[in-house]
Amino acid sequence: MKLELNAEQQMIQTMAREFADSAIKPIAAEIDRDARFPHETVKRMGELGLMGIAVREQWGGSGADAVSYVVALEEIARACASHAVVMSVNNSLYGDPLLRYGTDAQRERFLKPVASGHALACFALSEPQAGSDATNQATLAVRDGADYIVNGRKRFITTGRESTFALVFCQTDRSLGYRGISAFLVEKGTPGFTVGKIEDKLGIRASDTAELIFEGCRVPAANRVGEEGQGFTIAMTAIDGGRIGIAAQAVGIATGAYERSVAYARERRAFGVPIGQHQMVQWMLADMATAIDGARLLTLRAATLKDSGRPYRTAAAMAKLFASETAMKVATDAIQVHGGYGFIKEYEVERAFRDAKITQLYEGTSQIQKLVIARDLLGDHDGRA
Amino acid sequence: MKILVTIKQVPDTATQVKVAADGKTIDTTGITWIVSPYDEFAVEEALRIKEKRGQGEVVAVSLGPDRVKEALRSCLAMGCDRAIHLNDPAWAAADTLATARALAAVIKQESAQLVLCGRQAIDDDMGAVTAQLAELLGWPCAYWIMEETIDADAKSVRAARQVEGGLEVFDLPLPAVLAAQKGLNEPRYPTLKGIMGAKKKEIKDLKASDLGGAVEPSQLSVVGLQALPPRPPGRIIQGDVPTAVKELVRSLREDAKAI
Ligand SMILES: Cc1cc2nc3c(=O)[nH]c(=O)nc-3n(C[C@H](O)[C@H](O)[C@H](O)COP(=O)(O)OP(=O)(O)OC[C@H]3O[C@@H](n4cnc5c(N)ncnc54)[C@H](O)[C@@H]3O)c2cc1C
Ligand SMILES: Cc1cc2nc3c(=O)[nH]c(=O)nc-3n(C[C@H](O)[C@H](O)[C@H](O)COP(=O)(O)OP(=O)(O)OC[C@H]3O[C@@H](n4cnc5c(N)ncnc54)[C@H](O)[C@@H]3O)c2cc1C
Repeated sequence: MKLELNAEQQMIQTMAREFADSAIKPIAAEIDRDARFPHETVKRMGELGLMGIAVREQWGGSGADAVSYVVALEEIARACASHAVVMSVNNSLYGDPLLRYGTDAQRERFLKPVASGHALACFALSEPQAGSDATNQATLAVRDGADYIVNGRKRFITTGRESTFALVFCQTDRSLGYRGISAFLVEKGTPGFTVGKIEDKLGIRASDTAELIFEGCRVPAANRVGEEGQGFTIAMTAIDGGRIGIAAQAVGIATGAYERSVAYARERRAFGVPIGQHQMVQWMLADMATAIDGARLLTLRAATLKDSGRPYRTAAAMAKLFASETAMKVATDAIQVHGGYGFIKEYEVERAFRDAKITQLYEGTSQIQKLVIARDLLGDHDGRA
Repeated sequence: MKILVTIKQVPDTATQVKVAADGKTIDTTGITWIVSPYDEFAVEEALRIKEKRGQGEVVAVSLGPDRVKEALRSCLAMGCDRAIHLNDPAWAAADTLATARALAAVIKQESAQLVLCGRQAIDDDMGAVTAQLAELLGWPCAYWIMEETIDADAKSVRAARQVEGGLEVFDLPLPAVLAAQKGLNEPRYPTLKGIMGAKKKEIKDLKASDLGGAVEPSQLSVVGLQALPPRPPGRIIQGDVPTAVKELVRSLREDAKAI
């Protein structure tokens, strides 16, 4: 077994780190405070090829692998979790399913501009009554000649306001339950499609979380991804990959907070010595470093499985569960190491603490990850999550 | 127009340099190697010249052991068209002149019209290779370049170099050698496409024998390396402001002899 990045993966990591340090880190606190979407830096990420990492070049992407995606995303998240989620959704929840299930015509029109960084996209599954239970879809798409008429509301959609394209999940046959869900591509500006409430959030504040409203919205049948009834499988497959991205985001948030803590422990003095000389502080730092390494290895393993075409659903759930719990714990302890200063915004671990929380919630709460893992252990494979 | 960029692989700027057991070299264990930052300005400028002219070729050249391939590959990822690696144990102890000789031979072989270098490598800060190279080639050379413009028919280059309080402007006939100073440009990040494409580009290995001729013995030998003595701790002057200021002035004058 070889635990080493190859030459390209190392170069991608270095590039992402240097870009994140020089262009993203300096604005991270300000865009968090103002809940401002960072158009300028997201555009540059697109130019660098970070918005369609694993999409083949033919469809506007960079043609790299899931491991490259993970190492790059971690570096971006280490500087700013908001940038990281925008990148993750674009790559995993939109690019991946389109690459896998889309037709060439759909990839040409809906994937190319997104993977090449010229347009942003979102993934609209959640609804007010359909969060953890994503099968409980109320948005309806009713066939009408060559089109479908879509009615309903999607809630908590990342990049919902900023996106040009949305991958929207709707019930096309209610009687079939989750086997009656289908996926559609809807372009911003389509009559009947509007953006509603923008949420005011605890963390990842520079990433917009929006409500999408569909009122008699006419969507051509040619925009349906996959077959009727295949929507839930498409959504769950996308989320399996997405969880690897969120795990990487969590590792990045934790790493940022940990590095600040180590630096602080060297500088800050109490009782005549740097606080890093106190065993209880060392204990916290050692636990942080160990958990982060574990989370990173689980994440890289899930990505490696994905790259080699082997099943990765459970590995992705484990990575996401462990990494997000680690991020929350590390960020909490990072504040502890900083003492009262950690509680103050200026010291930045406060932002890591707020950002870490979301990783335990979206793309399946920690409880849902445990459910997915246990289902695999116990041999219940009905494709639901 | 063919542009050759000479690059050197050096320890990362954040490296804590340690003297090796032999007392003559540095301990390279755990060192992260990078392209010397001034050389990155040279690479960037070469790529911009090519992009501006809409044609041409940019070739990165480096002399050093196997690990130098990594540095060349990152130049390819930035956009250089191909690379040449001067890799031969005969060059293991090469001083600046031996290095300049090898590079000059490659430049002749390649018949480049412009050579761009960094103003110095940030490892030993010798800053000598560029001038030696130009001398060996018999080409004009300008150091510490902040701006350059090549005339339309690629016969000459106008280069401005940093001097105290301003810029000194030269017209140099081509071919010429230019050494980049910080401020010449802002080097680009390699794109993912560039990185993925780099492995498809050629890195040609050359031995001393490929350049026709034996490697002459180095004129310069390192007798020993010594770590800098640790910096003495700072001193905080206690007391009320008027007394402390007096003491500060006295100390600056008498102890530090700074004023
Ligand atoms: C900032 C943000 C961005 C988001 N981005 C997107 C997006 O881009 N696209 C999208 O479709 N959605 C998105 N979401 C939605 C997100 O995926 C859901 O919020 C998440 O799945 C949880 O659903 P819920 O909020 O309805 O909570 P609920 O499902 O109501 O869960 C409440 C609690 O009950 C627990 N619970 C529920 N069911 C079970 C069970 N069976 N066993 C044990 N415990 C259970 C949960 O773990 C949780 O603790 C986003 C949410 C947020 C906050
Ligand atoms: C919102 C807020 C309100 C406050 N209000 C007041 C107030 O009204 N009045 C007031 O006087 N102060 C106030 N404080 C200050 C507060 O009491 C201190 O911040 C707190 O005592 C911690 O000190 P510190 O921040 O200097 O952390 P440090 O002492 O620098 O501690 C940093 C880290 O080192 C650890 N550490 C330090 N020494 C040891 C040791 N010997 N062994 C093991 N671990 C050690 C700490 O546990 C911590 O994890 C306030 C602080 C905040 C943030």
